[in-house]
Amino acid sequence: MEKQPIIEFRGVTKRFDVRTILDKVDFQIYEGEVTTLIGLSGTGKSVTLKHIIGLLKPDEGQILYRGKPIDQMTKKEWNAYIGQISYMFQNNALFDSMTIVENVSLPLRQTTRLGKKEIAKKAMAAIEQTELTEVFDKYPSELSGGMQKRAALARALVTDPSIVLFDEPTTGQDPIRKNAILGMVAEYQNRFGFTALLISHEIPDVYFISNRILALYGKKIVFQGTPDEFEEFEHPFREEILTSLESLQEDITGLYSKRHFKVRYQTDLSKRQPDAMYAVAAFAVDDLDTIIEHMGHDAAQEIIRALGSYINKHFGAVGGFSSRQTINEYATVLPYSDLDEAERIMADFKRDFREHGLPDLKSLQKGEKPDEDHFEFSILAGLAQGKPQIEIESVMEFARFNQTPIARFQCERGGKTQ
Amino acid sequence: MAAENLSAQDPSDEVALPKPGNPFTWLFHPFGARAIRINGNLGAIAIFFFRAFILIFNPKQFSAIIQQIYFIGAKSAQIVMLVGFFTGMVLGLQLYHVLVKFGSVGVLGTAVALSLIREMGPVLTAIMITARAGSAMTAEIGIQRISEQIDALSTMRIDPVGFLISPRIAAAVISFPILTTLFDWIGILGGWVSGCLLLGVNSGAYYYRVVSATELSDITGGLIKSLVFGLLVVTICCFQGFYTHMRTDSYGARSVSLSTTSAVVLSCVMILISDYVVTTFIL
Repeated sequence: MEKQPIIEFRGVTKRFDVRTILDKVDFQIYEGEVTTLIGLSGTGKSVTLKHIIGLLKPDEGQILYRGKPIDQMTKKEWNAYIGQISYMFQNNALFDSMTIVENVSLPLRQTTRLGKKEIAKKAMAAIEQTELTEVFDKYPSELSGGMQKRAALARALVTDPSIVLFDEPTTGQDPIRKNAILGMVAEYQNRFGFTALLISHEIPDVYFISNRILALYGKKIVFQGTPDEFEEFEHPFREEILTSLESLQEDITGLYSKRHFKVRYQTDLSKRQPDAMYAVAAFAVDDLDTIIEHMGHDAAQEIIRALGSYINKHFGAVGGFSSRQTINEYATVLPYSDLDEAERIMADFKRDFREHGLPDLKSLQKGEKPDEDHFEFSILAGLAQGKPQIEIESVMEFARFNQTPIARFQCERGGKTQ
Repeated sequence: MAAENLSAQDPSDEVALPKPGNPFTWLFHPFGARAIRINGNLGAIAIFFFRAFILIFNPKQFSAIIQQIYFIGAKSAQIVMLVGFFTGMVLGLQLYHVLVKFGSVGVLGTAVALSLIREMGPVLTAIMITARAGSAMTAEIGIQRISEQIDALSTMRIDPVGFLISPRIAAAVISFPILTTLFDWIGILGGWVSGCLLLGVNSGAYYYRVVSATELSDITGGLIKSLVFGLLVVTICCFQGFYTHMRTDSYGARSVSLSTTSAVVLSCVMILISDYVVTTFIL
């Protein structure tokens, strides 16, 4: 049976005066999924989101919620529909004359009949989840941009919505914080099971948390499908947007995008003899949920990033190239090394990484359970040998299968030990 | 739906230009367009006011109304008293020099009290509150509009008119008459200081004239005026801030500053116009 979309745009056109912003836009959003809308600045991504929440009305076409056009809803149906949607604005839209706890509790105070104690409890729970406990009584202008973003996220989630619209939640954040926010979105989506639609430029990071990608280009949706399908998408959109964003990402991190990783793999190995050998290493940060629980999203992202940067530095020096594959996983190809040599390189990496690979964990510790005695997490690595005619995916799968802990970190209260 | 409400009240709907050819059409078009725009604005402001007024009657408004009474009323009290005192003193001084020519300084109390209670109290109080609280309201709501805080309310199922405007209207209904009464009292005291203490009019005669000449209809007339001014000032100031994003002559912070200026000027003009209209009805 075909899956029914929770929200559907059918031929939606929006004009501001004579300027057409959206031209017969069609797309679907499915329940319980994270859908990411990407596109150039000023192409109507926020306009699209504002149509869903009713802040804008289409000039032509229809928006359907579970098959029912929202412009034909009765007041009761409309209230029920809008009551399950939260919207996180690009500029946060926090009330600057209210403290963080007042901002977060505002929708509960105004739209529910909960008692004061219950409202305070729920608001503080949302504040704790977004790691803002220390600043709950401060005003938005007293917080950093990242904290304001998290406060807006707490306000969006406090009503337990079933659909959350995120309008560029990572704008203006540093790379660690950007990934932390995306990680937070993914974690809450997993935990609460809401349907998420987010606008983001964080390519390729956003692929790791998205079930579906929508590409808005030339006033139309030119692509909708899974991130993997999007990797294969051939369109001028890719040339104009993705290539520049991916190149920027590579310049910053030194790591390849998944697509460039594949291209490099194919170009490097297609020239080799069929019996030539190469090695693939698969790395992963294990127990990511435990790290987030104890140290918070920022620290988790810093650990992932530190691992990526160390892999790139170490294996890049011996001719390898690496890419981030999932939210906590990296892959490295050593095109001119057989398994024995790869094992030697890995042994060196293991030793170096244990000693210098991770930042000081004490300074990162900000999670929900910072006072517990200790917790552990591991870095896994596995090697596999491949041949040019074998698909990279199957070699990587084999490397994953061979993964064993190369470093185990035991974090005690107030510091780290290995 | 929020979008429906906004579009229904769009105060800046442009009127299409006439087709070229007919010189009469070209001649009258600017007047007609302006008249239609003013008519549209009046309709929008009326709907805005009635929606806000209806939404006052919600138990969740209580604490917000108290806060606004504090802001509009309590925080304006000092400036109203200061202005009231010196207005009374000036009235006492001027009227003394007029009345002394006719040998009627004994009616100084009557002249001061009736001038203040019937006219100057309500008008000057409203103008002072416009300058102090009205401009702040426009700026605050305008900034909330351009920073999408008002849109955020709509997305949270909170009616922005009920949340932001209704408490202010309720607070104005309560605060304006109280502040006007305060102005009148302090003004009469000011008149006594200049007339009796400084110029030697008999204090007993002054107060006797104040009490004997002032009738209940004078007081209720003044309070009705203050109520009308309060509703006008708050509605105009809130409306200007609420729809600051629909200005066609400016955007962003500049639109907030222009809306604030418009709100103050329009409020003052409307206070004086409505003063004449209300006086005509109550006399």
